[in-house]
Amino acid sequence: MTATSLARSRRAPRTGALTLGSGLGLGVGMIWFSLIVLIPLSAVVVKAQSGGWDGYWHTITNPQTWAAIKLTVVQSLLVTLVNIVMGTLIAWVLVRDHFFGKRAVEVVIDIPFALPTIVAGLVLLALYGPRSPIGVNIANTQKAVFLALAFVTVPFVVRTVQPVLEQLDEEVEEAAMSLGASKFTTFRRIVLPSLAPAIGAGAALSFARAISEYGSLVLLSGNLAMRTEVTSVRILTYVENGNTAAAAVVASTLLLISLIVIVLVDVIQRRIARRD
Amino acid sequence: MTEYVTVKPRRGAWPMRYLFRFIAVAYLFMLVAWPVSLVAKNTFADGWSSMRKALADPLVTSSLRLTVYVAVVAVILNLVFGVGISLILVRRRFPGRRVLSALIDLPLAVSPVVVGLALVLTYNRRDGWLGTTLEDHGFQVLFANPGIIMATVFVSLPLMIREVAPVLEEIGTDQEQAARSLGANSRQTFLRITLPSIKWAVVYGGVLSLARALGEFGAVKIVAGNVAGRTQTAPLIVEQRYQDFQQNTAYATSFILAFVAVACIVVVSIIRPKGNL
Repeated sequence: MTATSLARSRRAPRTGALTLGSGLGLGVGMIWFSLIVLIPLSAVVVKAQSGGWDGYWHTITNPQTWAAIKLTVVQSLLVTLVNIVMGTLIAWVLVRDHFFGKRAVEVVIDIPFALPTIVAGLVLLALYGPRSPIGVNIANTQKAVFLALAFVTVPFVVRTVQPVLEQLDEEVEEAAMSLGASKFTTFRRIVLPSLAPAIGAGAALSFARAISEYGSLVLLSGNLAMRTEVTSVRILTYVENGNTAAAAVVASTLLLISLIVIVLVDVIQRRIARRD
Repeated sequence: MTEYVTVKPRRGAWPMRYLFRFIAVAYLFMLVAWPVSLVAKNTFADGWSSMRKALADPLVTSSLRLTVYVAVVAVILNLVFGVGISLILVRRRFPGRRVLSALIDLPLAVSPVVVGLALVLTYNRRDGWLGTTLEDHGFQVLFANPGIIMATVFVSLPLMIREVAPVLEEIGTDQEQAARSLGANSRQTFLRITLPSIKWAVVYGGVLSLARALGEFGAVKIVAGNVAGRTQTAPLIVEQRYQDFQQNTAYATSFILAFVAVACIVVVSIIRPKGNL
């Protein structure tokens, strides 16, 4: 399920060229994938360019749209930071600690991945909304945006770091400690460099998911213009008003931000890996 | 979940261990476990009456039927195309293979709203790239089941490929080549050798994409048009009922969806062999 394992698996060629049958299969598969994914996504990019550079700039600098993009990016970055710390910590606990109920924790981590997003919003509203049993009401605030994004991105860093941590040899750490390294130094110099690529991959996934989130925010954040309206909601408003060109502009900006962050994370983790 | 090698806890030296355990469990409890448990609590606060009332609502039952229908069709399509695309990606060399394998993951990074917008731009009947032609032949995609199914497949196809492709890579081709050299044709090789060895990956992929398909909200909201009783799926009716102040119905419908989602996760965690995340 992890990006890294898949990337690894897709390298290392093993078999030969296309035969007639597999060529046909490839053709059918490509047509299917194009009809559902590639052609529609290109339609968004093409539509975004229909108003030229001026049209693009005009849409992005609309105060409400700009506020939505800023809110989404800032909250997604914050959530990603929290995930880097909490995700690594949870992965560490799952791999190195042993306690009763650990299997239940494993299931809980995957729930946000499978739970319908609208239900995620509803359940968060039940605990942190106006009828909260613990008296915490953050509905319709920016904290609600943060909360929803934190909920839906829980699994990513945990699930990318966990398998790497499992393969890490504890003897190396013990050796470092027996040579006088403190626990913190051992973690920073031995464990962290090996985990960095996995943490980076998980962080990229969680950021990409966070900036594109929609369903869990519908009920929880109130979608107040300039305050709690995220980019996806802004796009939806444009679509509902029939302004698909503006919707496409914002949508392609979202795609671009995702791309930049993923490339950036890749560069950073390469640098960390090299320093190691 | 893995076979854990028990490390002898260093007695007394590890208060950090308990602190970390506490932080991890508390974080997950406050953020995930407690909120999710409230959907059950709120649904059954007055016994079965909310559930009975929700299931007596014809719009709720028709939305559940539509959701199940869409999810089943989407999962079947994902089985066929997911396994097919994985086989070709892993077993064949062709120009553009790396690009295709990078593009496969794209839907996971795209906002559901953008998915909806993309399908609307392509398949609307006024100026859609393909919509106008399809409309001339009397085939409606948007605001109808084909659109909902396409949106669902868009978001769930990568889940299947991500499960199947790594396993195909791992099992290699030795057995397949042995079967071929003993005279099996490609259909027999696939059915007798390849399929049995990837069946668990196909099952996980299917279960995960089923969970995703049942819950897709944003993309479906745009392409379906939310016509009550016709193109309104269960997640859409949750939103509508909640905003119409029929919170009990919203909770009851959510409970059904959440129950299936959690069941999917539990099934995957039980049948997934140990040592394989």
